Amino acid sequence: MDILLWGVLPYVMMVILVGGLIWRYKYDQFGWTTRSSQLYESRLLRIGSPVFHFGLLAVIAGHLFGLVIPMSWTQAVGMSQDFYHFNALFVGGIAGIGTLGGIILLIYRRRVTGPVFMATTRNDKMMYVVLTGAIVFGLWTTLASVFLGGEGHNYRETVSPWFRSLFIFQPDITSMAIAPFSFHLHTLVGMLLFTIWPFTRLVHAFTAPLHYLFRPYIVYRSRDKGRIAGRSAAEPVRRGWSAVGTRDRDTRNR
Amino acid sequence: MRVMAQMGMVMNLDKCIGCHTCSVTCKQAWTNRAGTEYVWFNNVETRPGQGYPRRYEDQEKWQGGWSLNKRGKLVLKAGGRVSKMFGLFASPVQPELKDYYEPWTYDYKTLIDAPLGDDFPVARPKSLITGKDTKITWSANWDDDLGGSPEMGHLDPVIEKLRRESEDTIKLEFEKTFMFYLPRICEHCLNPSCMASCPSGAIYKRVEDGIVLVDQDKCRGWRQCITGCPYKKMYFNHKTGKAEKCTFCYPRIEVGLPTVCSETCVGRLRYLGLFLYDADAVTEAASVTDPQELYDAQMDVLLDPHDPAVIAAARAQGIQDDWIDAAQRSPVYALAKVYKVALPLHPEYRTMPMVWYVPPLSPVVDLLKEQGHDAEDYGNLFGAIDALRIPVEYLAELFTAGDADRVTAVLKKLAAMRSYMRGISMGNDPDDSIPAAVGMAGQEMYEMYRLMAIAKYEERYVIPQAHMEQAHDLEEMGCSLDFDGGPGMQDSPFGEASGKPAPVAVETFNALRDRQTSDNVAGEESLRGRVNLLNWDGNGTPRGLFPDKRDAPRMSADSPAHSGGRAGPSPDAGGPSASASGASGNPADNEPNAIALEEP
Repeated sequence: MDILLWGVLPYVMMVILVGGLIWRYKYDQFGWTTRSSQLYESRLLRIGSPVFHFGLLAVIAGHLFGLVIPMSWTQAVGMSQDFYHFNALFVGGIAGIGTLGGIILLIYRRRVTGPVFMATTRNDKMMYVVLTGAIVFGLWTTLASVFLGGEGHNYRETVSPWFRSLFIFQPDITSMAIAPFSFHLHTLVGMLLFTIWPFTRLVHAFTAPLHYLFRPYIVYRSRDKGRIAGRSAAEPVRRGWSAVGTRDRDTRNR
Repeated sequence: MRVMAQMGMVMNLDKCIGCHTCSVTCKQAWTNRAGTEYVWFNNVETRPGQGYPRRYEDQEKWQGGWSLNKRGKLVLKAGGRVSKMFGLFASPVQPELKDYYEPWTYDYKTLIDAPLGDDFPVARPKSLITGKDTKITWSANWDDDLGGSPEMGHLDPVIEKLRRESEDTIKLEFEKTFMFYLPRICEHCLNPSCMASCPSGAIYKRVEDGIVLVDQDKCRGWRQCITGCPYKKMYFNHKTGKAEKCTFCYPRIEVGLPTVCSETCVGRLRYLGLFLYDADAVTEAASVTDPQELYDAQMDVLLDPHDPAVIAAARAQGIQDDWIDAAQRSPVYALAKVYKVALPLHPEYRTMPMVWYVPPLSPVVDLLKEQGHDAEDYGNLFGAIDALRIPVEYLAELFTAGDADRVTAVLKKLAAMRSYMRGISMGNDPDDSIPAAVGMAGQEMYEMYRLMAIAKYEERYVIPQAHMEQAHDLEEMGCSLDFDGGPGMQDSPFGEASGKPAPVAVETFNALRDRQTSDNVAGEESLRGRVNLLNWDGNGTPRGLFPDKRDAPRMSADSPAHSGGRAGPSPDAGGPSASASGASGNPADNEPNAIALEEP
């Protein structure tokens, strides 16, 4: 059972996630959008959406810190377990509660605002259940360690080694198996979330427009794919960033 | 100098009667789909008025366009790249549906379904967004013909600004209302702020003709373009979650046909043609400090297509000779730069708009007429233009960033032309002192009159076709319409299904022309049994309109859907797939029909 859950399932999830993303990128670019409902309702969205998204970004950063960086490294730079734990609970707790509060507000808005509810598909509803589940169970693992067992479970000795071992294809199933049930539950729901990710509106996260910070403001495109705005074909394309409002480049560098 | 070609449009506002035909045909062509119910790529506003969406010109609120920062550098008014990224999760300045209007339909069914009773059945308005009963309170042209202006006239951002500047002397003058119509499409700017605002880089300007389009695959629905466009001509399709905009009817332009709004314009007030411009000079021109100098800067960016240096540079950039020739014959270049009577809309937004307007003289003429003066006399007209501070200042706020002298100069040219031509029409000798009063020669004024008053189809629309050698990349296949039996014509020697499929735009154009010049029932011969319902005038029952009777002899039983066509398998001649289905239809489907044809 443990082998199935912690040795096989993560890889199945990865295959579906990556394969699904490639498939969708290749065949459903038109459906790849945030599907914003701001046109229908703006007031609640202006509060809920940033709280949720920024909370989520902090939560993701916290997960990376806790899962990827080995305990020995943080101890090597002199960070005590107590200090780490306090930080993780305090910062992580705030971020988690913000995320949860944000999504509750967003779901409330979605249900109560007529046009927004009408624009909600079955796919969206299922996604909201899984997403909220992942957030709630994740918050539970954090809060449980505060209110139930004093020091709490040190997941950096169980979950994190398992997580890292997955990437070298030698899954450390035993360490994951001894983690408490709350962590198992959170991990499973998390894996479910990543499995359905490519097939829901969540895909927009994978095209976060970071390149906007670097691209030229004005975009030219030619019907003739080889030709670049205002240049002869012989002239080579310069690599690297373009300054704002100057030369324009072809779609390859968009 | 980097020469690029740009399709542009000029609208002569004196000729606009506010019939909204352009809006309706545009909507039928482009935005009659779910998700775009509230979207009008082309709309006609009554000015003074709030416009669509409401008060879109109030950039302090909507933050559209560009502005200069402290160092005089051009920046997006809504904020730089980093601040835009922080506003990604909920766009801070975003019009809501109520700023446009809530689209609706009527419950027509009750009109025929209602049980017999004493009351007349009523078709209630139903919201197209919620499907529920709705109360209609606003639309894209709710304040048409100054409707409601006593209560809402002050909400026009331009009126508001003028009143603020001149206390309330305007109030009285304004009530002696003047009025004109302003048709608006996307400006296809040289320095588009929608494009600069797009985080995904999905909005692009075509190198060949400058048309600004949204890549529907690349758009991720971040909605920053809607904030970025100061004309609010970017729209969010709430069903697909993607931005959409006026396409300048590129499938028609590519094959040399005018846009739908131009083609169907009742007043024939639209002109289409090419500009050649220096792409390297755009940013600098848009960064001029004084907003009132932006017009001059924009003029300098436009290049003279007769200048040998420009021609050489254009050739070096790969612009073909027929395009250079079209640029030389361009009516929009003539109106904007040669005669200098067409002005850009809101140059102060610094986007370098490429849809231009000839400001209306009619408010002045109407006033003179009402007061019993001779409204053709240039002396009277000049005096009135100088005296009518309000209309002139209002027009200046729209077209020259408030520079009233510039608008006055244009209006005087129009007045002089009116007066000069009246003299000629009356059989008098041309009075060359009239054009001289506005700095023009008699011949030049006559040519301007020809272009503005009686230019025919080919003179109003000078549209070079996209090049055949690029045909594989065209969104619609390019083909020549110029010769009989060419690929664009319906009659090719090998029958309809031979050769490449003709673009839908061309097919519709030809079918319509056949219809207009034919005495027979629509669709009788040219479409060979298919019926183009768009062109059917209700005259008779063309073959193929209805499927054959079920008991017709030897009807194929296994393909009832295809039984209507006589030669082609598909009866839906109007749709985009029509030409393709004729050419590439499954031969197995064709065969039973062919038999049914030959046997009886």
